[in-house]
Amino acid sequence: MTKKVIIIGGGPAGMQTAASLLEMGIKPTIIEKSDRIGGKLNDWHKLFPSFTPAHEVLESLKQKMKEARVITGTTVEQINNEGVSLNDGSIMEADAVVVASGFNLFRAELKEELGYTIYDNVYTTVDIERMLNEGEVAMKDGRTPQRIAFLHCVGSRDEKVNQRHCSKVCCVTGVKQAMELKGMFPQAEVYNFYMDIRMFGPGYEEMYRRAQEEFNIHFVRGRISEASETIDRRVQIKAEDTLIGRPLKMTVDMLILIVGMTPGESNREFSKTNGIELQPSGFVAPADNFTRNTCSNAKNIFYAGTVTAPKNIGESINEGAVAAQQVAKYLKGL
Amino acid sequence: MDFGFSISRPRAIDLDKNDLSISRNALKKMPEFQACIGCGGCTATCTAGNLTQFNFRKVHTLVRRGDYQNAYDEMNKCMLCGKCRLVCPRGINTRGVAMMIKRLLSEY
Repeated sequence: MTKKVIIIGGGPAGMQTAASLLEMGIKPTIIEKSDRIGGKLNDWHKLFPSFTPAHEVLESLKQKMKEARVITGTTVEQINNEGVSLNDGSIMEADAVVVASGFNLFRAELKEELGYTIYDNVYTTVDIERMLNEGEVAMKDGRTPQRIAFLHCVGSRDEKVNQRHCSKVCCVTGVKQAMELKGMFPQAEVYNFYMDIRMFGPGYEEMYRRAQEEFNIHFVRGRISEASETIDRRVQIKAEDTLIGRPLKMTVDMLILIVGMTPGESNREFSKTNGIELQPSGFVAPADNFTRNTCSNAKNIFYAGTVTAPKNIGESINEGAVAAQQVAKYLKGL
Repeated sequence: MDFGFSISRPRAIDLDKNDLSISRNALKKMPEFQACIGCGGCTATCTAGNLTQFNFRKVHTLVRRGDYQNAYDEMNKCMLCGKCRLVCPRGINTRGVAMMIKRLLSEY
């Protein structure tokens, strides 16, 4: 009898899980809540630190997993021992389940003091990716920005919005976009306001240095505490330049909020299942942080990608491959 | 009439009002100057900073922000020994930066 494997989520982690399972002769089913696979990779323009077009990575993943069964527009509501229950009320049986349901983006409007969705020229990094994909970055009234400020850690390391964790990939995203905008508008001044710059990956620190030295991007250590709109629809911001120890204020044409990752919206519901536990951050807890990152405490439920913590795309894809291997090992023992 | 009161000047660094031309010129001359990550190694090892209030990291950051008040006089406390250059993890020619700031600000 063929074994049934369900993968919850069709983002990079879920796609790679499917691809690796197919290589081992197992044909899985991906259940994706949106109407297409690819997850948030569909919305990105270029990927750090190499500026690789996002669609190249997406196409290569799609190629590798095209034999898998994909069900789109369907949400998994619960995971149980027999399989998963879906939003149409039906139950789909499975021998193993891989949870690759990913993360949600922080809703920047929750930081009301920064004026997102209130002021004309406050944007998020997600808006900028969309604008880059559409081929035009401009102020709301169409003008070319002369002064741009990025604010790091919006929805990260901030207990005021119940986000105590570091979202890990936003530092490098913010620096990448700063470089892209400086490249588009060489006359513009670009400022990045940060608390710490965490360049954890290979080539990231080198990219940061290029941003400083070659792109002349100004890094100011200090968190913007408030933003307000000027009469000509620009944005006045206030921060402390903590390396000097004095307040700093300036008016910018665009304020771009570098939004972090929040736990996937389905994590809480999934954690009602025996063997699935949440961390205090709301991300799902792997069975072990060192040797069993893709395992739950239930023998037939596995994890891949950002369901367990903020991760970059490469790390999520790697976990997909590991989860597939764990699934195959488990199915062999049945 | 003087009643003996005064108004405090705002302490904020105002990037809308500051004259950034010297700062831009400095960063153009020595782009490595922008690569500072604010570690404070230069200030920790500074001979002058050990004996006076001189803080090289602070002074050059102020110059980058277009705040040149007192920067020239401050920079004159530097004895150009170059120890800061030996410790800079970013490999910035900090002694060269000190020289350049003094040159650019001599007429300010």
